[in-house]
Amino acid sequence: MFGSLLFAGSKCSLSASDPSEALSARSRFVPIDGALSLVSGTLVEEHPTGGAAEPASTVRVKRIVTEVPSAVDRRFNFITMGAGISVLVLLLLVGLFLLIQSSDALGQTGIFTFLTRTEWRTDVQPARIGVLGLLTGTVLVALVAVAIAIPFSVFCALAITEYSTAKRRKWLVGVVDLLAAVPSLLFGLWGFLYLSDKIVPISRWLSQNFGFIPLFKTQSDASLTGSIFIAGIVVALMVLPIITSVVREVFSQTPPGEKEAALALGGTRWGMIRTVVFPFGKGGIIGGSMLGLGRALGETIAVALLLPQVPQKIGESIHILQNGGATVSGFIANRAGADSFTTSGLLAAGLVLFIITLGTNMIASVVVSKSRSGAGVDI
Amino acid sequence: MTDTQTDVVNDEDIVDTPEQAASVAKAKSAKVEIIGGPPAGASTLVARDACAWFGDRLVLEGVDLTMPKGKVTALIGPSGCGKSTFLRLLNRMHELIPGAALDGEILLDGEDIYATGTRAQQIRMRIGMVFQKPNPFPAMSIQENVLAGLKLARLKCDDKDMLVEQSLIRAGLWKEVRDRLDSPGGALSGGQQQRLCIARSLAVHPNVLLMDEPCSALDPTSTRRVEETIDELRDIVTVVIVTHNMQQAQRVSDFCAFFLAEENKPGFVVEHGETDFIFSTPKDSRTLDYVQGRFG
Repeated sequence: MFGSLLFAGSKCSLSASDPSEALSARSRFVPIDGALSLVSGTLVEEHPTGGAAEPASTVRVKRIVTEVPSAVDRRFNFITMGAGISVLVLLLLVGLFLLIQSSDALGQTGIFTFLTRTEWRTDVQPARIGVLGLLTGTVLVALVAVAIAIPFSVFCALAITEYSTAKRRKWLVGVVDLLAAVPSLLFGLWGFLYLSDKIVPISRWLSQNFGFIPLFKTQSDASLTGSIFIAGIVVALMVLPIITSVVREVFSQTPPGEKEAALALGGTRWGMIRTVVFPFGKGGIIGGSMLGLGRALGETIAVALLLPQVPQKIGESIHILQNGGATVSGFIANRAGADSFTTSGLLAAGLVLFIITLGTNMIASVVVSKSRSGAGVDI
Repeated sequence: MTDTQTDVVNDEDIVDTPEQAASVAKAKSAKVEIIGGPPAGASTLVARDACAWFGDRLVLEGVDLTMPKGKVTALIGPSGCGKSTFLRLLNRMHELIPGAALDGEILLDGEDIYATGTRAQQIRMRIGMVFQKPNPFPAMSIQENVLAGLKLARLKCDDKDMLVEQSLIRAGLWKEVRDRLDSPGGALSGGQQQRLCIARSLAVHPNVLLMDEPCSALDPTSTRRVEETIDELRDIVTVVIVTHNMQQAQRVSDFCAFFLAEENKPGFVVEHGETDFIFSTPKDSRTLDYVQGRFG
């Protein structure tokens, strides 16, 4: 999002370069070719001089065409550039703030230890804190959420773009957007008070039938509420609108000619979707899912309500179907307002989350924009 | 897609080795069976009092036209007179547009393709279509493109390699692409892409092939190749072609139908008949004016 804004800004700056530069360009050229190509970015090699008509000794000087912007354009350029840069500055400031505030905890624990330690104990001296237990929970919740949300989103997007009349399409888009407008606290409460109990039988069935998969194993006496699985389902509801809207946008860009070709060959609508729409929208599905993953990683209130927020170890004790688990954001929300060292530790955990979500979102937008289908889609 | 690329070599310029020539000869005459596909041979297509609407607007009225078996029928007429709409009526592509409706009957070997209980997929399998803009599936290889119809219509074939070779030979593309059947269909030039689309349509062994201005996006050389292809298809399949190019209609077609729409009125067929007759001594003066380039 801000990437493109910034890019627009930097583009403007190129064309808005000082008018004097245009005048001096001629004289500046002669000796070094490379320097000039750097300035304008559009120059290619000099034309080979010498042909039948002209003597070989003529030194050609390239004339550089530079736009001289009007005062209005310059002012407007300044404003848009300012807006673009301020977004980046804010982002940097947030990162910097997290870094400074967390330096206390990170310094005392050591970055590597902090990243690889599972437990979080501030009641012992010295405190033993680490982000790994939180991170595991965060990633697991997000993965469960996205794994559940992807098929729903894709089919929902198909229902909207391929199987609906114009009227129903409008209605469906509205409903999905409405889902995005529900405050996450309400999702959390609903999940905590209502959904949790309804999911327990599913969890039990899964653990009984797929218990051989380590993640799905449960301890015999464990409670099945407040599990990562349930939190994942609730978070899935929250990321569904994001993924759906990206996937819908991408599907709607499918070239109508290819769709007609598939239908004219005797294909069913579903056959057409498999041959044309899915291959075309692959990049969008991947990118949209990663965008959803980014959102799911940072989801706070619902997860804070649903999970006991006890950091867990990787290996034996992690079971997504039974009570337990913690996520970075949920944990921070639960512990906020503690002593200064704990706060510093929490912010360090926040910094880790910040970097991970930023990375996920960036990769997502690159994937979408690189794909054939996502070229015209902004996410 | 790379539309800019031109045909560097033409099909007829490529000299076959004896083995290749033998393989082509074998594939040309080979009988490839498609299980569950259309019945063999070309079909007669008859339109009876065909009308078409988009929403409340009647765009085509009362078209009676016979497109005889194994012949090429050209639909000519100025833009917006309902030729393409009529063509899309013939294989039930018309109904894909929201608000589209129709009246009358389209008979494929005597059976109404719009009869209750007849599935559009069945009809489209028997009546193939080639579009104005070449539309191969860009992510698929050339071979996969040719076989796409089988996959889409869920048909089985005992000898897929032979089917690919035969279809590409019939579409006049085989020699140009036989060494790179695995390269993507989207990487071909515009003219090659269009012939690939023809091969793709032919691979399901349709009874009728509809062509909607198949050459309007192509350069003259590619156009000639496609016209030669149409000429060779005569024995296998009934062809109905929409064209704005009078010379093309004269060159490729056996029969010709002249469509016209007066201002704010639906399109209709002014007259139809053998191409030679339409182009030399038509009954209607408007036809003569049009084919001689005095309007439209």
